[in-house]
Amino acid sequence: MLARRIIPCLDVAGGRVVKGVNFVDLRDAGDPVEVARRYDAQGADELTFLDITASSDERGTLLSMVEAVAAEVFIPLTVGGGVRTVADVRALLNAGADKVSINTAAVQSPAFVEEAAGRYGSQCIVVAVDAKRVPGTPDDAPRWEVFTHGGRRATGLDALDWGRRMQANGAGEILLTSMDRDGTRVGFDLALTRAFSDALSIPIIASGGVGSIADMVEGVTIGHADAVLAASIFHYGEHTVGDVKRAMAAAGVEVRL
Amino acid sequence: MTIAVVDYGMGNLRSVAKALEHVADGVPVVVSDDPAVIASADRVVFPGQGAMRDCMRELQARNLRSAVLEAAATRPFLGICIGLQMLFDRSEEADTPGLGVLPGEVLRFPESDMVDAAGGRLKVPHMGWNEVYQSEPHPMWNGIPDGTRFYFVHSYFPQPARPDLVAGFSHYPFPFCCAVARGNLFAVQFHPEKSHRAGLQLLANFVQWNAPAGTLTEGATCS
Repeated sequence: MLARRIIPCLDVAGGRVVKGVNFVDLRDAGDPVEVARRYDAQGADELTFLDITASSDERGTLLSMVEAVAAEVFIPLTVGGGVRTVADVRALLNAGADKVSINTAAVQSPAFVEEAAGRYGSQCIVVAVDAKRVPGTPDDAPRWEVFTHGGRRATGLDALDWGRRMQANGAGEILLTSMDRDGTRVGFDLALTRAFSDALSIPIIASGGVGSIADMVEGVTIGHADAVLAASIFHYGEHTVGDVKRAMAAAGVEVRL
Repeated sequence: MTIAVVDYGMGNLRSVAKALEHVADGVPVVVSDDPAVIASADRVVFPGQGAMRDCMRELQARNLRSAVLEAAATRPFLGICIGLQMLFDRSEEADTPGLGVLPGEVLRFPESDMVDAAGGRLKVPHMGWNEVYQSEPHPMWNGIPDGTRFYFVHSYFPQPARPDLVAGFSHYPFPFCCAVARGNLFAVQFHPEKSHRAGLQLLANFVQWNAPAGTLTEGATCS
């Protein structure tokens, strides 16, 4: 059967890995190719790179980085951050990205997702949804709102409705981040993950809040996520991808060992 | 000796080319949209992504159709993903006619069947690592244990009209064909270029495959 995917996420700026890298035995911890190789060797099922500067003048640097990684690591690569036009999508795919993640631009222009999926296929279009729980909604019937600009700007959009709309527009996958949990290390917003996974027919990648291996397992067993993404748990060298997979297998989750 | 990757303008071929170069042991890998280059290559890789109708249209528009048909009938030929699907008679995807190199159809994962043993919903596209079972020994499977996981991303799968064409299958949730073989031709629904060591092994096998020489008369519609 199909395996659930474990996806390390790397934040990059200026072609370098910038967040939370503390490998003791890497001479140049900020080199994306070295970090990618390391996760690849640990058994990562995919890698996600998010350009946190997302500035257009550094686009060339990002593309060179994608080229360098894609020439060495033969697993799927998703790249996101500042993807605004079909030309951006094309440039990243041509550089060696397998999927491109679209966030703010999808909210600004939902038709952009349709256009990109129509041109390059749903399989390479990931829509990133940053969701925040609407204050005051009951725990037994919570609702979430879509935020953009790294969680700073409210959109007024209901997150689940938005997810359904993006699916209809041709998104092949949703990268779902809980802005309430992001950076907290207390675990995924499992109600959010499960609501999306059960409501949509496309795969859901759970993101935001992982602090332990158990959190990642619960993302699948309770949250019904098709894939789980995490950054710091791997970056600080606390755990390897293999550790997570063994824990998942022990919990009866199908993984690629 | 050269390996040509057919470029009909439908997106990223870098991954396929890089993975081939990685295992080609110095054999030149050429990504080309030139029918003459395809015609003179010793081995031909036929990748594809996106919508099959667009792929068929671009193949035609770039005058690559006959070069691909000729290669598929005569030389070691590897179809990948939509490159496999295009070899069949037709696809359910926008009811698109294929090249008719192989008898059979390409079908969509039926919504009503997408439930796992525990009653959970199975997503489409079928995206991720799934086990590939080998229906028959084949040089392309050398060094790859039966049941090895490969990376898939697709919503449609091939259904060959003849069971002897099936070289491998996977489950989602029912068994479906994910590799076909006939003479000098081998094609896979998964992405070897994204399937880590097992994928590289399959591509290395292709580079070394001493395939039986085909003839243009093989296959019904290769004229």
